[in-house]
Amino acid sequence: MAIAIILIVLVVGSVVFHFMSPWYFTEIASNWTAIDTTVTITSIVCGIVFVAANLFMAYCIIKYRNKDKNQRADYEPENKKLEGWLTAITTVGVVAMLAPGLIVWGKFVSPPENAAIVEVVGQQWQWTFRFPGKDGQLGTTDSRKISIDNPFGMNDEDPYGQDDVLIEGNEVHIPIGLPIKFLLRSKDVLHNFTVPQFRVKMDLVPGMVTWQWLTPTRVGTFEILCEELCGIGHHSMRGKVTVVEEEQFHEWLAQQPTYAMLSAIGPANAQAGQAQYQICAACHGVQGEGNLALNAPKLSGQEDWYLKRQLTYFRDGIRGSNPEDVLGQQMAPMAAGLVNDTLIRDLAAYIQTLPDEPAQQTVQGDVDNGKDLYTTCGKCHGKKGEGRWAVNAPRLAGMSDWYLAAQLRNFKQGIRGAHPQDATGRQMESMVLSLSDQKIDDLVAYINTF
Amino acid sequence: MAHVALADKEQELAHPKTWIGMYVWSQDHKIIGIQYIITATAVGVVALILSGLMRLQLGFPGVFDFIQPDEYYQAVTMHGMIMIVFMLTAFFLGGFGNVLVPLMCGARDMAFPYMNMLSYWVYLLSVIVVCASFFVPEGPTGAGWTLYPPQAITEGTAGADWGIICMTVSLGLFVVAFTMGGLNYVTTAFQARTRGMTLMRMPLSVWGIIMATILGLLAFPALLVSVIMMTLDKTLDTSFFMPAISSLGENLSHEGGSPILFQHLFWFFGHPEVYIVALPAFGIVSDLISTHARKNIFGYRMMVWAIVAIGGLSFVVWAHHMYVSGMNPYFGFFFATTTLIIAVPTAIKVYNWVLTLWRGNIHLTVPMLFAIGFIFTFIHGGITGLFLGNVVVDVPLSDTYFVVGHFHMVMGVSPFLVVFGGIYHWFPLLTGRMLNDAMGKIHFWLTFLGTYAIYLPMHYIGILGVPRRYYANGTTEFLPDSVQAANLSITIAALIVAAAQFLFLINIFWSLFKGRKSPRNPWRATTIEWQTPDYPPKHGNWGKELPVVHRWAYSYSVPGAKEDFIPQNEPPSQYTRGEGDV
Repeated sequence: MAIAIILIVLVVGSVVFHFMSPWYFTEIASNWTAIDTTVTITSIVCGIVFVAANLFMAYCIIKYRNKDKNQRADYEPENKKLEGWLTAITTVGVVAMLAPGLIVWGKFVSPPENAAIVEVVGQQWQWTFRFPGKDGQLGTTDSRKISIDNPFGMNDEDPYGQDDVLIEGNEVHIPIGLPIKFLLRSKDVLHNFTVPQFRVKMDLVPGMVTWQWLTPTRVGTFEILCEELCGIGHHSMRGKVTVVEEEQFHEWLAQQPTYAMLSAIGPANAQAGQAQYQICAACHGVQGEGNLALNAPKLSGQEDWYLKRQLTYFRDGIRGSNPEDVLGQQMAPMAAGLVNDTLIRDLAAYIQTLPDEPAQQTVQGDVDNGKDLYTTCGKCHGKKGEGRWAVNAPRLAGMSDWYLAAQLRNFKQGIRGAHPQDATGRQMESMVLSLSDQKIDDLVAYINTF
Repeated sequence: MAHVALADKEQELAHPKTWIGMYVWSQDHKIIGIQYIITATAVGVVALILSGLMRLQLGFPGVFDFIQPDEYYQAVTMHGMIMIVFMLTAFFLGGFGNVLVPLMCGARDMAFPYMNMLSYWVYLLSVIVVCASFFVPEGPTGAGWTLYPPQAITEGTAGADWGIICMTVSLGLFVVAFTMGGLNYVTTAFQARTRGMTLMRMPLSVWGIIMATILGLLAFPALLVSVIMMTLDKTLDTSFFMPAISSLGENLSHEGGSPILFQHLFWFFGHPEVYIVALPAFGIVSDLISTHARKNIFGYRMMVWAIVAIGGLSFVVWAHHMYVSGMNPYFGFFFATTTLIIAVPTAIKVYNWVLTLWRGNIHLTVPMLFAIGFIFTFIHGGITGLFLGNVVVDVPLSDTYFVVGHFHMVMGVSPFLVVFGGIYHWFPLLTGRMLNDAMGKIHFWLTFLGTYAIYLPMHYIGILGVPRRYYANGTTEFLPDSVQAANLSITIAALIVAAAQFLFLINIFWSLFKGRKSPRNPWRATTIEWQTPDYPPKHGNWGKELPVVHRWAYSYSVPGAKEDFIPQNEPPSQYTRGEGDV
């Protein structure tokens, strides 16, 4: 008997939960309202079946449960008429769900011919984007050509590629009201380009180009998620898509560099950087060896792309603006003088010329324990802590250990990486969630053994 | 017709003389079944603990420092693969299949007892290899149970060296073990039935098990070749599934392979796999409902044909797992249609279960409670399948917690309720003792209500857009704080459900030694596994003479009969003459 009552409670409870739960679709921001409609149709048909079948079962249990010893069940092996009717009604229900679904799918597979093209490039664990430029045609790419100087794998000889606009950050702008066909390309493994407010999603598959299309209908910034397991940093593979009015979109696009512009940038001038470095030397040391007493980490041996990014962050207030980040706040005004990117490039180039001696070791911890923990870290930072440009992971080996420990604590506490524009910092934040203070020391102690 | 010549070989059966021959290197199908059950349960407990780790991380992100991202993804992967393959498949086919098929068909043993024994030992080896991956450098693979390349074999994934190889090797061994066992179940059911046991008199449990076995025999080769090819891609740098890629900034030497090919092969196995787990559950639950409602299963012939139809259709729906995989989107039309067609025979099965209860004489025993719980969870999981099978409805829900909720309801909770119901039902047959009723009821209520509290909210946070397989949601703009509250409550429910399973194990151990002695045929069932001369049945099952079957398996509450059940092997009399022979 209890089971019958519970079944009724569960049915009523589920229906109430369906209408009262705080969780349902996000407000839609694309033309795909028809998808929401098909979901509603399916919910209604399935909801009726769920309620009817379970309530009937509860009724049967109440009415036909064993009450006395002499009770007998009916003997009726088959009832063809009843079975026929049930089959027919089920078929009608299935058609009612399938037909509208296939009609909407028909729209999904036929993108409008005038749709604008945007290429989305996925890699472990970041998003970048490419627009076709003035000629309206994307240049060809080749995964064999991917390198630190050519992260998109652009084909140098392809004239169509020269004016392609490359967005190396994780945020892209698109205009409202125009159909857009996203071409999806992956450099390494499967990914999935998902913006929940757009409803549609599609995998990125290495070796081929996939696509999806939509027309944005709402201005705003929406989060891009990866929804195909892509390795250890899957959950941290985020980006942003900002829907703006067409005019603003063109303004934004005009500010972005083309491939030709990026490849025209000459080598940095280390000598010019040396002059810039004088001010740094006061704290970080003439050789860039670092100084614990002044809380200045070692710089020599660190890779230039990382130095450039962090200097830019300090200059632009992306790092060092958090009131809890006392040391970062000291650094921020120092970087303020690096008014243009050339100065930063030259400075980073000079630091590359400094002699690289391993930093003094100051942190103690359980090395074996740290080794276990480092399995995750090594995926990006390299098995020997050598750093990897492709995943924006700086070198760890031989750098100031006290600084590593301090930064891990900052990430863990949201002091670093919380700035909305610090995409890589945010990524790091989501990787160190579960590191306790002791584990941080163990980890750094292990890194010291490299 | 059954072949008596093969079936009656009492003299030829070599009865074991030593303890080791009886219980270790046993060729008795019942002992082998129990060996399968114990091994699958043990590895299932491992998978249960892994799910606890995941839930701890999701319910309390950042609190437990023993769950780093690599461990989380490894737990996700190993929980899924162990539960689906090494637990459920092995339990239903190796466990129930071994115990029930010969007994219910009236055979003395499996057709090939020696190969049956080998099947178990190779299965055990595959379990050892998969568990060994917890102890190799970097630990087990964290590629997700679908093992999609390139991710599964490139460096950015946990366990991409030793872990993945342990996994592919153990899957290969499992397929070998399954093939040896599966050929046995099918041959036994088709060739070694006793006199009078026509196909259309077989209990639905046997129908479910052999149909699932046939699916397995046809589907597992696809898994075998895909793991072999992936192992070659990993170890010999071949390029079956590997295009030219730049992994973590390094250009790998592969070229020209197709990751989508793997997905087609995997799901050509993976979708029938759903039914490999579901069909035995369908069959077993039909018998539980019929026996405990004291009523013939409603529409037996329809039930048989539905099993066959579902089995057949399950081979033409696989790409509904790949709607957003980047395959040609036009495939969506075909696979959505076939997938929704499969809903019709499946719905018929549900109707017939409920209609069996209708005008029945329902005894709310523990097995019956589990059977009723199964109908509820299966309806729930079935209808959410209609969302995901209908291509365009799937798109916003794909890869979210809606999917996690759906497949746990339909092929996690539902089959497990049947496993439990089946154990409560057949435990007396194998041990001669009843399981404790009170503990059984607590186990049922905690499991049934607890799992619903876990999976119902998952569907809704999935519709909201929470992605599956995320170590942490972090700060995600569109997710309100209430999502974390949901995750917390799901974790608490999950821990309670996990604890309830240990109560079940305690019940088993306690009842094994202290349980009430079971009378013969305690559930007053018609099927012949309960009518053996020795109770519990001994090696060879039938003593001197094989039983002769006179009627179908569902002669419950036949009008005019003295008792409310007539065993299949009771000779015909004035009132009882081959009822249900349709």
